[in-house]
Amino acid sequence: MKIHEYQAKQILSRFGVAVPRGEVAAKREEARAVAEKLGGGTVVVKAQIHAGGRGKGGGVKLAHNPAEAETIAGQILGMTLVTHQTGPEGRLVKHVLIEEGLDVARELYLGLVIDRASGRPVFMASTEGGVEIEVVAAEHPEKILKEFIDPAVGFQAFQARKLAFGLGLDAAQVNQAVKFFRALYQAFEATDASLAEINPFVVTKDGRLLALDAKMNFDDNALFRHPDIRGLRDLDEEDPLEVKASQFSLNYIRLDGNVGCMVNGAGLAMSTMDIIQYAGGRPANFLDVGGGANEEQVKHGFEIILSDPNVRAVLINIFGGIMRCDIVASGVVAAAKSLGIKIPVVVRLEGTNVELGQKILRESGLNFTVATGMKDAAEKVVVLAKN
Amino acid sequence: MAILVDENTRLLVQGITGREGGFHALQAIAYGTKVVAGVTPGKGGTKALADSGSGVPVFNTVREAVDETGANVSVIFVPPPFAADAIMEAADAGLPLVVAITEGIPTFDMIRVKQFLSGTTTRLIGPNCPGIISPGKCKVGIMPGQIHRPGKVGVISRSGTLTYEAVGQLTALGIGQSTCIGIGGDPIIGTDFVDALRLMNDDPETRGIVLIGEIGGSAEEEAAEFIKANVKKPVVGFIAGRTAPPGRRMGHAGAIISGGKGTAADKIRALEAAGIAVAASPALIGETLKERLKDKG
Repeated sequence: MKIHEYQAKQILSRFGVAVPRGEVAAKREEARAVAEKLGGGTVVVKAQIHAGGRGKGGGVKLAHNPAEAETIAGQILGMTLVTHQTGPEGRLVKHVLIEEGLDVARELYLGLVIDRASGRPVFMASTEGGVEIEVVAAEHPEKILKEFIDPAVGFQAFQARKLAFGLGLDAAQVNQAVKFFRALYQAFEATDASLAEINPFVVTKDGRLLALDAKMNFDDNALFRHPDIRGLRDLDEEDPLEVKASQFSLNYIRLDGNVGCMVNGAGLAMSTMDIIQYAGGRPANFLDVGGGANEEQVKHGFEIILSDPNVRAVLINIFGGIMRCDIVASGVVAAAKSLGIKIPVVVRLEGTNVELGQKILRESGLNFTVATGMKDAAEKVVVLAKN
Repeated sequence: MAILVDENTRLLVQGITGREGGFHALQAIAYGTKVVAGVTPGKGGTKALADSGSGVPVFNTVREAVDETGANVSVIFVPPPFAADAIMEAADAGLPLVVAITEGIPTFDMIRVKQFLSGTTTRLIGPNCPGIISPGKCKVGIMPGQIHRPGKVGVISRSGTLTYEAVGQLTALGIGQSTCIGIGGDPIIGTDFVDALRLMNDDPETRGIVLIGEIGGSAEEEAAEFIKANVKKPVVGFIAGRTAPPGRRMGHAGAIISGGKGTAADKIRALEAAGIAVAASPALIGETLKERLKDKG
């Protein structure tokens, strides 16, 4: 799960991570009030959306006084911000973060992620702040310092010192940095984060260390023990169909093709998208109805696929293992009848009682095309989607 | 010979009194697996699955179950918030093999579990996996037993139903399986491709290997290096997710392309560079292996 920058900063600051003074505003007058509260000097107005590249897209601007902060906030609030991460449709800005302006001497990078190969958290630091870390990793991998964290004892002070000295901080700043880094790790671990990124991590001209930007993502599997964080989910940042699917515990991801697909199991669902493309078509979505698909799940899955106006044909690919094919077939028929499906549907069933399942589909009186095997199914649905 | 589970497996089911645990314990028994014990804290002294013959004794702790029944493998159907604890309890009782089916365990829990296991002799398979089956001998997990057939090909996969798809193709072509292992779809798992490949490579009965990967992480790249250096048996690969968009989690917690890393294209390139035949389409996994087995005589 993703959250906004201002929310990440609120969480981090509770753990003792130094962040610039500031507050979020939903209206231009509020922006002015915050700027006044911050002393009436220069402030930064930052659009709050779940995407990077906000500065280049015109979503981050400097204001020299509260009146200008109000004007700029008025321009940014309500705008559709397009960045390289939002896609061409962009995102509507509903909040701006107003922060004190800082005299920045150095821009550095800090990042915490889980390293899958070692099964441990890894703390990364780099002198190349303000640049995307993927770019640094590709061009100057030697400029990324890494410390792997032993989960039994946590992030140690010596590790923080290694990183701090590696960043070229002076002796006075190193002590401040150690405190900052350890607080950042504490926040990461305590909230079950999957990512905590401070980019840039800045040194000001008067020698302070602060998180100028902050990004936190969380492990969806751990949200059950963090109701406060779950409450920060912003549904407006997500595709409405994906939000609806999540309410039925369906794994749905919208894509830009025209062949809808419904599959049981994530690996088989990805492979089904792949084989649709291999057959010359384009998948409209990823949809995993779960390893043991039932009638209710199939019905909700259908509803969601059909809500996408681009979908011209649907492929259902179910490997009925424990779940018998005749039960799946009855579920598909019932769902198709109750929804009055108009577009062609290709069904491929495999596994236990497959003949009985296919018979139920053929005798349903509905417009099903019964396929044998994934290849046959993909080729049939691609042809139907083109008609 | 099969690997990890066979006719000598004495299975313990953690969470046997739950819906999933009970259902799959029954399926395992029907397949011929010796299910010797169940564990549900607070229900010790009772019998589970009483309507299936003599029933299965339930214990409060894994230690007690192992002492009383000689169980040597545990399968875990415990809900996500309690699953990490269940894995560690099984390891603490000295079980050599623990298979965690549970999907949705927090990543940090698994980090701590891995740390805990590193000081033990326990092998963990999963979590978020279908389990492991040695066809005709023993079934530990949720896979449909009847699609398998005893034979000489090993299958290792990060997926569930996609593995069934591949196994179904093999069986239809008359190619049986020695052991099929679902290693799990999570970012942090107990047994990875390289661990499983090493076991299959050392198993004289396994003559060929199917490796089914997907986007996310670098386990397939590591597997490719291991195969190039160590494996002489024919290996066929398949990678799911060629059409997956970057930055999105495709159902499995571990199936995500992040920062341009973990793409299907990179993994396919690594496997092919190691001399592994990669099936271009998921419908061709069985055929591709058949060809490779023919080449090798």
